[in-house]
Amino acid sequence: MNAENIANPKIVVKNLNFYYGNDRALKDINLNIAEKMVTAFIGPSGCGKSTLLRTFNRMYQLYPKQKATGEIILDGANILDKSQDLNMLRAKIGMVFQKPTPFPMSIYDNIAFGVKLYENLSKNDMDERVEWALRKAALWTEAKDKLKQSGTSLSGGQQQRLCIARAIAVKPQVMLLDEPTSALDPISTAHIEKLIDELKEDFTIVIVTHNMQQAARVSDYTAYMYLGDLIEFGDTSMVFTNPKRKETEDYITGRFG
Amino acid sequence: MPTFLRETSLKRHNVLDLLFRNLTRVSAFGVLALLAAIIGSLVMGSMPAINAFGFGFLTSSEWDPVNDQFGALIPIVGTLITSGIALLIAIPVSFGIALFLTELSPRILRRPLGIAIELLAGIPSIIYGMWGLFVFAPLFADHIEPWLNDRFGAMPYIGPFLSGPPMGIGMLTAGIILAIMVIPFIAAVMRDVFEIVPTLLKESAYGLGSTTWEVMWNIVLPYTKIGVVGGIMLGLGRALGETMAVTFVIGNAHELHKSLLMPGNSIASALANEFTEAYGELYTSALIELGLILFFITFVVLSLARFMLYKLGQREGKVT
Amino acid sequence: MMLDLYTRRRITNAIGLTVSMLTMAFGLFWLIWILWTLLEYGLPALTPLVFTQMTPPPGSGGGLLNAIAGSLAMTLVGTLIGTPIGILAGTYLAEFGQRGWLAPVTRFINDVLLSAPSIVIGLFVYEIYVVHVKHFSGWAGTLALAIIVIPIVIRTTENMLRLIPNTLREAAAALGAPQWKVVSFVTLRAARAGIITGVMLAIARISGETAPLLFTALNNQFWSSNMDQPMANLPVVIFQFAMSPYEDWQQLAWAGALLITLSVLTLNILARVLFRQSATTY
Repeated sequence: MNAENIANPKIVVKNLNFYYGNDRALKDINLNIAEKMVTAFIGPSGCGKSTLLRTFNRMYQLYPKQKATGEIILDGANILDKSQDLNMLRAKIGMVFQKPTPFPMSIYDNIAFGVKLYENLSKNDMDERVEWALRKAALWTEAKDKLKQSGTSLSGGQQQRLCIARAIAVKPQVMLLDEPTSALDPISTAHIEKLIDELKEDFTIVIVTHNMQQAARVSDYTAYMYLGDLIEFGDTSMVFTNPKRKETEDYITGRFG
Repeated sequence: MPTFLRETSLKRHNVLDLLFRNLTRVSAFGVLALLAAIIGSLVMGSMPAINAFGFGFLTSSEWDPVNDQFGALIPIVGTLITSGIALLIAIPVSFGIALFLTELSPRILRRPLGIAIELLAGIPSIIYGMWGLFVFAPLFADHIEPWLNDRFGAMPYIGPFLSGPPMGIGMLTAGIILAIMVIPFIAAVMRDVFEIVPTLLKESAYGLGSTTWEVMWNIVLPYTKIGVVGGIMLGLGRALGETMAVTFVIGNAHELHKSLLMPGNSIASALANEFTEAYGELYTSALIELGLILFFITFVVLSLARFMLYKLGQREGKVT
Repeated sequence: MMLDLYTRRRITNAIGLTVSMLTMAFGLFWLIWILWTLLEYGLPALTPLVFTQMTPPPGSGGGLLNAIAGSLAMTLVGTLIGTPIGILAGTYLAEFGQRGWLAPVTRFINDVLLSAPSIVIGLFVYEIYVVHVKHFSGWAGTLALAIIVIPIVIRTTENMLRLIPNTLREAAAALGAPQWKVVSFVTLRAARAGIITGVMLAIARISGETAPLLFTALNNQFWSSNMDQPMANLPVVIFQFAMSPYEDWQQLAWAGALLITLSVLTLNILARVLFRQSATTY
């Protein structure tokens, strides 16, 4: 299967450019993100993979002097459009960060926090939703007896799954994972990777990783980026076994990066 | 001989090391000695008053230099009321300013505005006092106090607190001037503690679709709770001990009124006004005991403030 | 349902942010108003006579020369006494006090003293000095100001030394330098600009202090170069003149208030500019 003709893309990126002040960090990026699949962005540090990810929920907009041009079409609408409501966009697109970021409140409230932003649920419904999200994030058995405890009382790997549960609870359509395992031990990492595999039944997932094996293990499509250019994009097995470009091959075989 | 030279210089260095280290240690110890000396001298100075009045000093509202009868109730109450008014105004305003400086302000304005607020903290308190007496109090008497009288004077419960002759000077005026003075202190601490909130944590909340207000109210404020309270206590410590700004506008009357528009007295302004003119051992001693009480109250408040700010700092140290 | 809740959230947000902006304006409003008042009343009163004449009795012309000189003398000597003690103690906290109880306790007490009411410092100096020599004096005022300087200098010295990267200390120690040399010639020197900033802020703070001088230096109507006599100083003169019923005294008080505020604010801004310049060289 070729990436360019992904039949039913969830997100279409067209001629995307990104600037930090005058520095162009992304150069004419074009790619499609397949629905309910896992797409991985790989590349050496500073290649723009996180920058690209952060354009999908316009997180960059918190900071001055950062701007994106071009188009990112989600469900037929350009999310870079000024008229796009940021909070609504972010409710549709969940995000998990490099380090676990439990909010300073209980485990239960951490998950209820995002839900309460958009839905008026009864106590029962909220309980159900919290349980549902925790189950989805494979944290329920560990956390069910300490829902009232602070989110920071969990271990690092559990905290990261809590953050995933928190993102899921809002029922987004797309999940952005920005190096979600970079701060975790190998066992927690394996947990999360297994989780990603299960989550793609319900969500479109985009993951940034500096760990090539991880990309190979979890993703369906892989994009290799270098210095702000999208060098190669395609089926993960193709990119890893039979790269079309010399640069990709060098990176994957470890001759560079 | 090089070896010989080296040995003597080694010895000299060791001696100098010892000397230098002990010099710094003695200086550090001096801070503790200073505290002990302050407490000791104030206690000694207040002994005559303590012997004469005992604990009754704290609860008596009598202040009669002619008959040598002294009680601290009025200045203590005045100090607490004016500081309370100041905090009531300063807390929400400081929060708003800190929020503006950390989240809303355009980046170019952030530094100059922050400096402007810090400059407000740098203005000497005597200037606030003068300004309060000559500029603020007359306006207050002409416009605000009559309005308070009309609007609230007849209301039950709060009426008695807000009615009275519009004189301009009084506890309410002192409280407002104090508020303007402590706003920059509290706002600066709040801004500093808000800035330690990890960016990722805020991004996570924005990532769920939170508004700026929700991020501040639900994430940043709970995360920095201890530090915010510490900052407020720091402001309270300032307000309690502030002398000149209050002395100008509080009216310096040893009277206890229900109305906040009436003149009163605070510990610091009683000291500033009466100490150099006090005659007789007991009068002086009673004033020094007032100073001891003030030092004790502020010491407790400021210790709590520091303790809370340390705790926040420690937690930060562990997380990162 | 969903939009309803969302609309409400957006309104809350808009109200919160608007109020926040208003509070910022509220804070600036007082700063501008106070500065404006000072200029309005102070500038007309700020004649050359202010700098050449002594403080007058009511009803006759005069200036603030003795008060300005007294303030300068006491501030200068107070800073000179307080600064070395503060730097030494701050150095102990940052460089030597890693073990033991002295450093943490001192740090805590120092932070409390930093914001302790200055009028109590005045009382303290009165009790230990003025009572014994039986008269107010410039020395007593100087002592009170020095006591206020110490905690400020300790705090900035420690903070600035902690900013110095450990690699710098290690590099110096690896050359075989003894600790006193590492500290005095390398780390303290590297932190110099920051410490100077702290001293400037301390000077700014004491040049406006009134309360601790009331019971120590008091005031003097005449020129006094003897620090053992009661000494005129700007803050106390402003206090007495402003509280007086005489218009010419009040005018002089405004002139003095403007002078103090301008110098305090200038010092504050200078300290920040200096610190910023030095910070960028790292």
